[in-house]
Amino acid sequence: MKSQVKAIVTTGYGTNCEREMAHACRVAGADQVDIVHLSDILDGSVRITDYHFLNLPGGFLDGDNLGAAQAGSHRFRYARIAGSGQRLMDQLLEFVEKGGLVLGICNGFQLMVKTGLLPGFDDNYQERLVSLTWNDTGRFVDRWVTCRVPEESRCIFTRGMDSVELPVRHGEGKFVVQDQAILDRIEQENLVALRYVDPDTGEPSAEYPANPNGSVNAIAGICDPTGRLMGLMPHPEAFHHFTNHPRWTRGDCSRNEEGAGLKMFRNAVEYLREHL
Amino acid sequence: MAHRIEVALKPGFLDAHGEKVLKQAREDLHLNNIQAVRTIKVFLVDSDLDDKSLIAMATGPCSDPVIQHYSIDAPMAPQLFDSSAPDWIIEVGYRPGVTDNEGKVAREALELMIGELPSGRGVYTAVQYCIQGPLSREEMEELATGLLCNDLIQRHIVVSFQDLNSLYHQEGSPFYFVPRVTGTTEIVVEQIDLSEMTDQELIELSKNRVLVLNLQEMKILQKHLQDPSVLEERKKMGLGRAYTDLELEALAQTWSEHCKHKIFNAKITYRTPDGEEQIDSLFDTYIRRGTQEIRRKRGEQDWCLSVFKDNAGVISLNEKWNVAFKVETHNSPSALDPYGGALTGIVGVNRDPFGTGLGARLVFNTDVFCFGPPDWDQPLPKGLLHPKRIFEGVREGVEHGGNQSGIPTVNGSILFDERYLGKPLVFCGTGGLMPKKIGDRPSHEKKAQPGDAIVMCGGRIGKDGIHGATFSSEELHEGSPATAVQIGDPITQKKMFDFLLRARDLGLYNSITDNGAGGLSSSVGEMAEESGGFELHLDRAPLKYPGLQPWEILVSEAQERMTLAVPQEKLDQFLALSKKMDVESTVLGTFTDSGKFHCLYNGRTVAYLDLDFVHNGVPQMELTAIWEEPVHPEPDMPEPEDLGRELKKLLSRFNICSKEYVVRQYDHEVQGGSVIKPLTGLMDDGPSDAAVIRPDLERLDGLVVSHGIIPRYSDIDTYHMTMCAVDEAVRNAICVGASLDHMAGLDNFCWCDPVQSEKTPDGHYKLAQLVRANKALYEICTAYGVPCISGKDSMKNDAKIGSVKISIPPTLLFSVIARIRNVEQAVTMDAKEPGHAVYILGITRPEMGASEYFVMNGFIGNTVPMVDIESALARYHALEQAISKGLVASCHDCSDGGMAVALAETAFSGGLGMEIDLDSVLQDQVERLDHLLFSESQSRFIVTVPESDCTAFEDIMADTGIARIGTVTHEPTLRLSSRGAFVVDEAITDLKAAWKQPLDW
Repeated sequence: MKSQVKAIVTTGYGTNCEREMAHACRVAGADQVDIVHLSDILDGSVRITDYHFLNLPGGFLDGDNLGAAQAGSHRFRYARIAGSGQRLMDQLLEFVEKGGLVLGICNGFQLMVKTGLLPGFDDNYQERLVSLTWNDTGRFVDRWVTCRVPEESRCIFTRGMDSVELPVRHGEGKFVVQDQAILDRIEQENLVALRYVDPDTGEPSAEYPANPNGSVNAIAGICDPTGRLMGLMPHPEAFHHFTNHPRWTRGDCSRNEEGAGLKMFRNAVEYLREHL
Repeated sequence: MAHRIEVALKPGFLDAHGEKVLKQAREDLHLNNIQAVRTIKVFLVDSDLDDKSLIAMATGPCSDPVIQHYSIDAPMAPQLFDSSAPDWIIEVGYRPGVTDNEGKVAREALELMIGELPSGRGVYTAVQYCIQGPLSREEMEELATGLLCNDLIQRHIVVSFQDLNSLYHQEGSPFYFVPRVTGTTEIVVEQIDLSEMTDQELIELSKNRVLVLNLQEMKILQKHLQDPSVLEERKKMGLGRAYTDLELEALAQTWSEHCKHKIFNAKITYRTPDGEEQIDSLFDTYIRRGTQEIRRKRGEQDWCLSVFKDNAGVISLNEKWNVAFKVETHNSPSALDPYGGALTGIVGVNRDPFGTGLGARLVFNTDVFCFGPPDWDQPLPKGLLHPKRIFEGVREGVEHGGNQSGIPTVNGSILFDERYLGKPLVFCGTGGLMPKKIGDRPSHEKKAQPGDAIVMCGGRIGKDGIHGATFSSEELHEGSPATAVQIGDPITQKKMFDFLLRARDLGLYNSITDNGAGGLSSSVGEMAEESGGFELHLDRAPLKYPGLQPWEILVSEAQERMTLAVPQEKLDQFLALSKKMDVESTVLGTFTDSGKFHCLYNGRTVAYLDLDFVHNGVPQMELTAIWEEPVHPEPDMPEPEDLGRELKKLLSRFNICSKEYVVRQYDHEVQGGSVIKPLTGLMDDGPSDAAVIRPDLERLDGLVVSHGIIPRYSDIDTYHMTMCAVDEAVRNAICVGASLDHMAGLDNFCWCDPVQSEKTPDGHYKLAQLVRANKALYEICTAYGVPCISGKDSMKNDAKIGSVKISIPPTLLFSVIARIRNVEQAVTMDAKEPGHAVYILGITRPEMGASEYFVMNGFIGNTVPMVDIESALARYHALEQAISKGLVASCHDCSDGGMAVALAETAFSGGLGMEIDLDSVLQDQVERLDHLLFSESQSRFIVTVPESDCTAFEDIMADTGIARIGTVTHEPTLRLSSRGAFVVDEAITDLKAAWKQPLDW
C-alpha cells in the first residue's frame, strides 16, 4: 500500500487563502487535507507533527499591522501550546526536523522569513536573515508575472518546472537581505527557487512590472538547504484550473492543461510518497 | 510613564511611503520646494516597562532587524538622512478613542510577552514625516492638513528640526502625548418630558438632540406617553410620563429615514401635465410588486429564497448553494474621513450577507464610487476635501477592508461629476455563499426564540459612530459631529467570521444579525421581532473605554460586532469556542416574548417601550411629486472634421478612461475562483464588462457579477436613466455569458432630498424624479424577468456648506448577480485573432442626450437613450445561446462614448486593429457620423466571431438586429470608413495611450 500523504493548511488571525490551498493539495493527490485553525493547534487538539505537508497560506496575519507577518511570527515565537508549555515555534521546528515539507505562499512566505524558517542556514531555523518589505511602488499590486526556476535549484516543489505564470497579490513582497554575504550564500547554495523574469526575454528582471516589487536579484521564492522548505510571493494555489489564467479566453492556457501552479503541490505529494 | 519606540528603515532601503508622500506633495499640493521625505513609525507604549521588555518590544514585533533600526525615548530623525538633517518634522497620531489597529496589534504582541496590561493602558501609534527642503511652517501646515492628517480623527504637530530636541525632552512634551480617553463621567439617564411641550419646543428638541424627527412624528411620541395603559405599565418599571434619553434615541434611530425608508413608503400624489395619480408606497407598488410578479410567473422555477426581509437578498444558485447579496452606501462618513468611511463601508456591508439567514461565507466584493473631478482646480467651499484626496482615501479604505478580509473585489466603476464634490457616493457590495441547509435547517431562515441569550460578539463599544443612522439622514454642515466617523478593523472582523462560521455549522445559534446603523438598539430590536421582545442589560456590554452613557451604549455604531440569539443549552459551548478562537462574546440579556423593548442598566429599567410602537408607530408620510419635463438647449455644433481626435478625447474622459490604477490595488483573485477578471486581454489591461467567479472550486458553474449606473441621464429623465442603468447591468452580464433566466438585481438609490421644504424648494420635482425611476424599475425588471432581491436608499445626498447647496444628480446603481452554467464558456471583451468578423448587435439611433460626447462639448440636449425592451430581450436570449455554443470570440457592450469607444476598446485590448464599414451599421435616422459613432443607444454589443462560426452565429442572431460591419486586422490600426473614405484612422497604441493616461497616477 502506498503511504498516506497528510497535508495541513493553517488558518486564523487573518489568513485567507486556506481554501484554495487545500483545494490544490487535494487535486494534487494528498490523501488527507485538513484546514486547521491556529487555535486548534494552540489548545493542543491538533498537532502539526501528525502531518507531512505544512501549508502556510496567504492573507494578512493580524492585518499585517506591524509589517507583513510581523505580529504573526511574534505569535509563533511566544504563544504556547496549552498543556505542554511548548511554543508554537517549537512544534514547527519539530515538524521540520522530522522531515516534513513546508510551503509558505505570500503571507506564509513572509511568516517563514520572519520566523527564520528561511533561509535556514546551518540548521538554524530561527534567525531572521532576509525579509520581505514594501514594494518599491509603495502599493499593493495584483497582477500576473512570469517566473523561472533556476536550473540548479535545490527546491523540491519546483522540480521539473521551467517557467511559470502566476499571480502576485501583495504590498510587501520585495525580497531583501541583511547583507551581501547572505545574498551570496543564497545564490551559491542554489537556494533561489523562483525568479521574476521578463516574459519576452525570459531573463531575470529588475524592472516593474516584470519584477513587481523590486526584489533583489529578482528573487520571487527561496528554499532552505534541504529543499523541503519553500516560500514564495506568487500564488501557485491561485492557478489550479485553466480558467484562472488571465488570458485563457485567448487560448494562452489550453483547456486540456491544468493550472500550472498545481505542479508544486504535485511535486510535494510525489516526494512524500517516495520518502514516507 | 510612557515610552516611545521609534522605528525607521536602515540606510540603503527605499522608503516607499516617504517617496509616495513626496510625489503627492509635489503633484497635488504643488509644494515644489520639497526635496525628500522619510518616515518613522512611532509606538507610544503607555505602560511602565523595564528596559528588557522595551528592547524585546522594539526588536520583536515593532521592528524588522533586517531592514529597520530603532530608538527608545530618543528621536531617530537626526539619523535618517545620510549626511544631513531634516528641516521639518510632522508627526501624525490618532485622537483619543479613534480606532488604532496597529496600536491594538502591538498591544496584543506585548501582552504575549509580558502578560495582560492593566485596563486603560495600551500602545498607540503615530507616523513621523521627516522633510527636507526650504519650506515655511505654513507650507508644512498645508502638507499636514492637506495630505497627511485628517483633523477629525487625527492630531498633528509640526516641529522645526532646531526645536526637536528641546521639545522632545521637555516636560509635557507633545511627543509623549498619550491619546487615552480620559475624564470621568457621571452615568446619567435623562428624563425628557414631552407632555407639556409646544410644537415649537418639540421641533427644537428634535433638532438639538439630532433626533431628525419631524413635528408629526414628535407629536406621536408626545401622545404615546399620555395613554393611561402605557403609563400604568411604565409605572411598574419605575418609569413615568417622561421618555428616557435611551427611549428617545432608540425611537429616533428606528424611525430614521435610514432605517424606515419613510420616503419610499410614503403616500405620494404624483402629478404630470397629463393628470394625477395616488401612489401608496413606491417600494410596495414598484419594487416589491415587481419581484412578486416575476416569482409568481416562474412558479416552480422560482429561485428567489429570501427577498427584502433580511440583511441581504438570497437566491438559490444551484442544488448545493444559495447566494446572498447586498450593496450599501457609506456616503456621509466618506465625505468627512474618506479612508475610515470607505473602510467601514466595505467591512460594514460584509456583515450584511454574513448576518443573513444563518450566515454566509463571503465570496466577492463590488465597489462603485462617484467623485468630483480629480483635477478640480476651483476653490472648494470650506469643509469639503479635495476630490482627489477623497478618491485616494476611499480607494485605500476599500483596499484595506477588502484585501485584508480575503474577499476578492471583482467588479466596480468610478464615475465623476462636479455635483459629487459635496457628497461622494461610495457603494460597497458583498456576496456570500451558504449551503442549502445547515444541519436540518434551511440556511436562509432564522428565528430568535424566547429564552435565547442575547450575545454580542466581536469588537467593543465606544463612542464611535454615535448618531450614524440619524446623521446620514441629514445634510452635512460645518458642525457635523466627528463621532460620526469610524475606522473599521478588518482583522477583528475576520477572526469573528472564522469563529461564527464554525459556530454556525455546529448549530450553536438560532439567529444572527449585524450591528450597523443604530447599533444594539437596531440589531436587538430587529431580532426581537422574531421572538417577540427582549431584555437587554447595557451595563454588561464590553466597552473600549469607560464613561459611556447608557444611551450611547445602546446606539453606538462601533464596528465589527454581530448580535446572536444563542439557545441557553448551547451557550457554554458557544462561549468556550469564542474564547478559544480569541473572539470576545458577551451575554447581554435574553430574548423574550413580552412584546417589550426593555433595557436595564445596573438592574434598573432605563427603557421600556412596546416593540410594536417602536417598529410600527411611525406615521406614513404624505408627499407631493410634480413632473415637468425639463427642456435643455439642443447643441448647435458642426460635425467635427477629425473624428479620430474626438474619439481620443472621449477615451481620455474620466468616466471612460482606464481605472487600472485602482483595480490593480484590489485583490481580485483571492479564494482561487477567478474566471473573468476586471482587467483582461493581451496585456491584461482591457476593461471587462462583468466578473465571472467560481465560488465552489469543485464545480463548473459560477457566478456573474455586473452593474449599471448612468446618473447623467437624470438631467433629462430619471425614467430613462433607470431603464438604461438596468439595461447596462443586464447586458454587461450577458456579455460574459450569464443566463438571463437566472439573474437577480439589487437597486441602490442615492438621491438628493426630495421632500419639499424651505431648504429644498424643488422637492416636488425631485420626488417626481424618484417616482419615475421607480416606474421604470418596475417596467424593465418585470419585462426582463430580473427580480430585485434587496436594495437600499440614501435620500439626503446634499451638502450645504455656508450658503452653497450642492445636490448630487439622482443616481441609481443597479447591481446584478447571475448564474453561468459553465464557466468554461465565458467570454471576454478583447478581440482575439486577425480575420475574425466584427458585428454590431442592436440599432443605433440619434440618442445623444446627456451622452458623454454631448457633455464633453458642454451640452445636455434632450434625446436621452431609450430602451426598446422587446427587441433587447430577443437579442439577449439569442446572444446567450450563441455564447453557450462557443461561437463568440469576444463580446463588449456599447455604453459611455457609444460604438466607437466599444470598437476601440475591443481592438486595443486584443492588441489588434479593425477595419469597419460604418455604412453597414444598423441605424435609424442617424444623420451625422459623430452621432453614429458616439450615440449611446442601449442594448448594443460589439461581437467578434471566427469566420468558421459566422453562419451559425448569424442564424442564431437572425432578426434580433445584427450587422456584420468589418474584420479584425493584424495591422494595429482602427479604421472606420464611410462611403469609401476613412473617417477614423488611428493606431491602437495611440487610442490606448489616450485611454490609459488620465488616471495613470
